[in-house]
Amino acid sequence: MVKGKISRITGPLVIAENMTGVQMYEMVRVGEERLIGEVTRIKGDQAYIQVYESTTGLKPGEVVEGTGSPLSVELGPGLLGNIYDGVQRPLPFIADLLSKTSPKRSIFVEKGVEVSPLPRDKKWHFMPSEIKTGDKVSGGDLLGLVQETELILHKVMVPPNTFGEISWIAPEGDYTIVDPIAEIKVNGKVKELYLSHRWPVRFPRPYNLKLDPSEPLITGLRIIDTLFPMAKGGTGMIPGGFGTGKTVTMHGLAQWSSANVVLYIGCGERGNEMTEVLERFPTYKDPWTGKPLMERTVLIANTSNMPVAAREASIYVGITIAEFYRDMGYDVLLVADSTSRWAEALREIAGRLEEMPAEEGYPSYLASRLAEFYERAGRVKTIGSPDRVGSVTVVGAVSPPGGDFTEPVTTHTRRFTRVFWALDTALAYSRHYPAINWILSYSAYADTVSEWWAKNVDPKWKEYRDEIMDILLRENELQEIVRLVGTESLDEGDKLVLDVARMIREGFLKQNAFDPIDTFTSPKKQVELMKLIIDYYRKARELVQNGIPAAKTRESLGRLYVDIIKARFNIPNDKLEMIEDLRKHALDALEELKSKEVKGA
Amino acid sequence: MSSLYGIREYSKIVEIKGPLIVVEGVSKASYDEIVEVELSDGTKRRGRVLDVSKNVAVVQVFEGTTGITTTGTRVRFLGRPLELPVSEDMLGRIFNGLGEPIDNGPEIVAEEKYDINGSPINPAVRAYPEDFIQTGISAIDGMNTLVRGQKLPIFSGSGLPHNILAAQIARQATVKGEGEEFGVVFAAIGIKYDDYIFFKKFFEETGALNRVAMFVNLADEPAMIRLVTPRVALTLAEYLAYEKDLHILVILTDMTNYAEALREISSSREEVPGRQGYPGYMYSDLASIYERAGRVHGKKGSITQIPILTMPNDDITHPIPDLTGYITEGQIVLSRDLYNKGIYPPINVLMSLSRLMKEGIGPGKTRDDHAQVSDQLYASYSRGVDLRSLAAVVGEESLSETDRKYLKFADLFEKKFLTQGVRENRSIENTLDLAWDILSDLPEEELTNIKEEMIKKYHPKYKK
Ligand SMILES: Nc1ncnc2c1ncn2[C@@H]1O[C@H](COP(=O)(O)OP(=O)(O)OP(=O)(O)O)[C@@H](O)[C@H]1O
Ligand SMILES: Nc1ncnc2c1ncn2[C@@H]1O[C@H](COP(=O)(O)OP(=O)(O)O)[C@@H](O)[C@H]1O
Ligand SMILES: [Mg+2]
Ligand SMILES: [Mg+2]
Repeated sequence: MVKGKISRITGPLVIAENMTGVQMYEMVRVGEERLIGEVTRIKGDQAYIQVYESTTGLKPGEVVEGTGSPLSVELGPGLLGNIYDGVQRPLPFIADLLSKTSPKRSIFVEKGVEVSPLPRDKKWHFMPSEIKTGDKVSGGDLLGLVQETELILHKVMVPPNTFGEISWIAPEGDYTIVDPIAEIKVNGKVKELYLSHRWPVRFPRPYNLKLDPSEPLITGLRIIDTLFPMAKGGTGMIPGGFGTGKTVTMHGLAQWSSANVVLYIGCGERGNEMTEVLERFPTYKDPWTGKPLMERTVLIANTSNMPVAAREASIYVGITIAEFYRDMGYDVLLVADSTSRWAEALREIAGRLEEMPAEEGYPSYLASRLAEFYERAGRVKTIGSPDRVGSVTVVGAVSPPGGDFTEPVTTHTRRFTRVFWALDTALAYSRHYPAINWILSYSAYADTVSEWWAKNVDPKWKEYRDEIMDILLRENELQEIVRLVGTESLDEGDKLVLDVARMIREGFLKQNAFDPIDTFTSPKKQVELMKLIIDYYRKARELVQNGIPAAKTRESLGRLYVDIIKARFNIPNDKLEMIEDLRKHALDALEELKSKEVKGA
Repeated sequence: MSSLYGIREYSKIVEIKGPLIVVEGVSKASYDEIVEVELSDGTKRRGRVLDVSKNVAVVQVFEGTTGITTTGTRVRFLGRPLELPVSEDMLGRIFNGLGEPIDNGPEIVAEEKYDINGSPINPAVRAYPEDFIQTGISAIDGMNTLVRGQKLPIFSGSGLPHNILAAQIARQATVKGEGEEFGVVFAAIGIKYDDYIFFKKFFEETGALNRVAMFVNLADEPAMIRLVTPRVALTLAEYLAYEKDLHILVILTDMTNYAEALREISSSREEVPGRQGYPGYMYSDLASIYERAGRVHGKKGSITQIPILTMPNDDITHPIPDLTGYITEGQIVLSRDLYNKGIYPPINVLMSLSRLMKEGIGPGKTRDDHAQVSDQLYASYSRGVDLRSLAAVVGEESLSETDRKYLKFADLFEKKFLTQGVRENRSIENTLDLAWDILSDLPEEELTNIKEEMIKKYHPKYKK
C-alpha cells in the first residue's frame, strides 16, 4: 500500500506527498488517528484528500496510508433499520463503543472510531436457492434467501462483475456475514462468497436494461398522487425556502409511500430530524403491510454540524444501498434532504482545492454531478436470474438561498428531474400545508400513471383530476382580476369557480401531516373526495347557468359545506361510504334549491 | 510543567494581512492549534492556526494585527486547540469573549477542560425535545411553542425590542410541574455597551445573577474574538447540561456580528465568496453553533438556545437570517410595522414558526384543543391580513359580509391576543381561552380547522 506524509492541512482538505501509486478516489487513512479520507486529486506525487472527520490537531509530517480500494459500502443483511453516518459507520455502535472507552463523551461522534457497518457476530438464517454444484453463475444470480426483517426477504446474490462455476454451496443454516456461504471456481481458482460484499459508492451498480416507469409511487399525499404524481423509478425535486415543508413532505414520503425499501438521507440537516425518524418509525406501521416502518428503512445521517466531506459522500453511500435492494427486485425510494447541502459541500471542497468557480462559487462540474446522481434512479430489469424488475425512485429536497428558484442548484436539478414540487413561502406563511404551489409544480408522469389509476382505482380518475386542475388554473386567473376590482364584478359562473376552488384548496389540497386521519389518504379516498367536490361543482354550475346566484348554491349546503371541507380529516380511509352520503346530501340540497327557485320564478 | 509540553516558539513572520499573520520556519504546527503572539513591547495576543503546511502556518490573531511587526514578534504554538476550563462555579460569573473571568471574582477551579469546538452530538443518542416551556407570551405559547432543547432564534431589526422580549422569555420561562429554574448562559457577541448593561441589570434585578454565566465581547472589542465567544459559551452550556444535569437556556446576541466577523476573516484569506461576500461554508459554520442544543438519552439536562440576530435592512432573505432559518428549529420574527403600530410584542406570527411545537403540545402537555386552535388562528389571521390589502384597493364596502368579519378578526387578533404587557405572564389556558374568545367572533362554519368535538367543548357559545 502507498504510504506518504501530510504536507498541508486546510479545513477538511489535506495534501499529502510521497503518494505515487495512489488511485484517484482511493480511500486512505490520515494521520495518527487514522481518519478516513478519500483522494480527490493527484498532482505529481501529491494527493489531495478530503477527510471525513474533523482535522483539528492534524500535523504536517503525519502518515497517510492508502487502502488500495475506493470508498466502498458493505452490502448485506443488517442494513435495514440501521442508522449510518455519511461513510456508513453505524451511529448506535459508535455510541456503544464510546460509552465503554470514554463515557463522558459518549453522546458525541468523536473521531477516529473504527466500526464495521454490518454486525460481524449476528447470525442470519440462510436458505439456499435451487443452485447446485457445477452450475455456472454470474453477477446477480440468486444464491439464497435471508429473512432480513419481517418485511424484507433479503436476496443473497452473486456480486456484480463476478462469475464462475459453483463448487460448493452452504446448506440451510445460520451464518454470519463473515462465514462463506458458497465457493466458485474461476480459471481454476476458488473464490469464497459471503452474505455480504463491498461496492464502491461512486460507481453505479450494473443492470440489464432500463425500463420506462409505469406504475405510480402512491404516497397518500393528495396533491402529489392526484395532481403531480411520482412514478416508481422516477425522479423528483422539492425546492423551498426554510420552513416551507420540505422535511415534513420527505418524512411523509418515507412513511407512506408504496415502496418496499426506503433510504432516508439526512444530508447536512438537523440532528433532531433524524432523531424524529428514529423515534417515530419503529412505532409507525407501514400502511401497505401493517409492519413497523423501521423494518423497511435505512437512515444515513450527516447532520449540518458533522464533517462536510462526509456530507458529499453520504448521497453516494445512500444511492448505492438503494441500488443493492433494487437489484433484489424491490421498489426502493430514496429521499435526500437536502441536496443543496451536498452541493455546498462540493463547493467548499472545490474552494479549498482552489478550483475555478462557476456560478455563485459552485464548481463548474456541479451540473454533471447532479446529472450522474439522478441518472442512478430508474426502473430496471436487473442482472442475474431469476428475472427481476426493481426500481429506485429519487426525490431530492433543494434549499435555495432566500427561496430564490433561479439559483444554480435549483436550476440544474430541474434539468435532471421530472417532477417538480415547488414549495411556496406565501402558502407556508398562511399555514396552507403541504405548501406545494399548484401553478408552478409539474409532473411528467401524470399521463404515465393514469392507466394504473383507471385500472386499479377508478376509470374516471383522469377526468376528475383534469377538472380539478382546470378549476385551480381558472381561479388563478380570476384572482388577478379580483385583486384589481374585487369579487362583486365577476359573473356568477366565475364566483362559483372561486367558491369551489376554495373548497378544493381547503378540503383537498391542504393536508395536515400531524392529523392521524388526514396524514395518509388512500387512493380510493382521494378519488371519492374529488368526486364529491366535482359532482357538486357540476350540478351547481348547471343551476348557475339557469340563473341561480352562486352564493345561493353555497348557502343551500348549510352545514354540509363545513362537512365537505372537513371530510379529509373527519372520514377515515375505511369509512368511504360517509363521503358518498355527503355527496348525495349535497346533490339533494342543490336539487331542492333548484325546485324552489324554479317554483319561485 | 507538563502543560508546557509541546510548546514551540518562532519569530519569522513573512506576511501580515487583516487579522492574519503568516509564520515561516514552523515545524509541526497542528491545524486549529492555539498560539500566543508576543509583541516586541511584551503585550500578548491569542490566535489560532487556520492553514498549515510543512513550513508555514497561517495564524488568525483574535485581537487583531494592529501594531504587530515582522521583526521582534514571537509566536508560540501551544500544542492544543483552544480549550475552556469548565466548572459549575462559573454560574454567577462574568467572562470575556475568550472565557477568562473579568469580574475580579475568585479563581475558577476547573473540573475539566474542553475543546471549544465541541463535537457533533450523535443523532442516535438525541432525545426528541417535547417538554413544553411556558413563556407566558401568547404569540409564542399559543402559536409558536418553545420546547426544552429547542433552538429558536429571534429575527429582529435594529431598534426593535428583541432584548426586552428575550429578557421576558428568560424571566418567565417555566416547565409545567417543575419548580426548577433554568440556568442561563449568556453570550454577548459584539453588542453595544448599553445592550450589555440592559441584560446585566435585568439579571441582577430578577435575582437571577447567581444562575447566569455571562461571556462578553462588546462592539469596541476585537472582532475576531466573536468567532470564539459563542463556542466558549456553548462549551460551558454542554458541560452544565450533560455532566451536571442542569437545564440551560443559552442566549446568543447578536449573531449578525458573528457572521460579519466570519466574512471578514474569509475575505482576508481571499476565499471564493458565496452570497453577498459571506463565505460558502457559512451554513456549516453556523450549524456548528446552533446544533449545540438539545436533549440526549441518559442525561437529565438540556440546552435550549435563543440566538438573537438583526436582519440587515429587515430583510429575511439576507444570508444571515436565511442560513439561520435553515438550521434552527423555527424562528420568531419581529415586525417593524407592528412595532410602529405600538404593538408589543411585535411578533409577526405568520412569518414565525416553531418546528418542534407539535410534540410539545396537546393533552397532558398543554390542552387537547391547542393544535387545532393554533391552526385556526393562523388560517383566519392570514385571511384577514390578505383581505386588508384587498380592502385597501377595492374598498371595504365591496367585500362580502364574511370577509368584513375577517378584517375585524385580524384587528382583534393584534389588539387582544398578540398585545400584552412586558410583565404580563399568561398561562397557556389563558392564552387558549383568549384565542377562543376572538375566534368566536367569526361565524362558526368558518372554523374549518377545528373538529366538532373541540368546538362543542371550548367555543364560548357552547360553554356558557
Ligand atoms: N391498497 C392499495 N391502494 C393503493 N395502491 C395500492 C394498494 N395496494 C397496492 N397498491 C399499489 O399497487 C402496486 C401493486 O401492488 P402489489 O405489489 O400488491 O401488486 P402485485 O400483485 O404484487 O403486483 P406486482 O407483482 O406486479 O408488483 C403497489 O406497488 C402499489 O403501488
Ligand atoms: N403537511 C404539513 N402539515 C402540517 N404542518 C406542516 C406540514 N408541512 C410542514 N408543516 C409545518 O411546517 C414546519 C416546517 O416544515 P419543514 O418540513 O421542516 O420545512 P423545511 O424542511 O422546508 O425547512 C413544520 O415543522 C410543520 O410545523
Ligand atoms: Mg427541512
Ligand atoms: Mg409486487
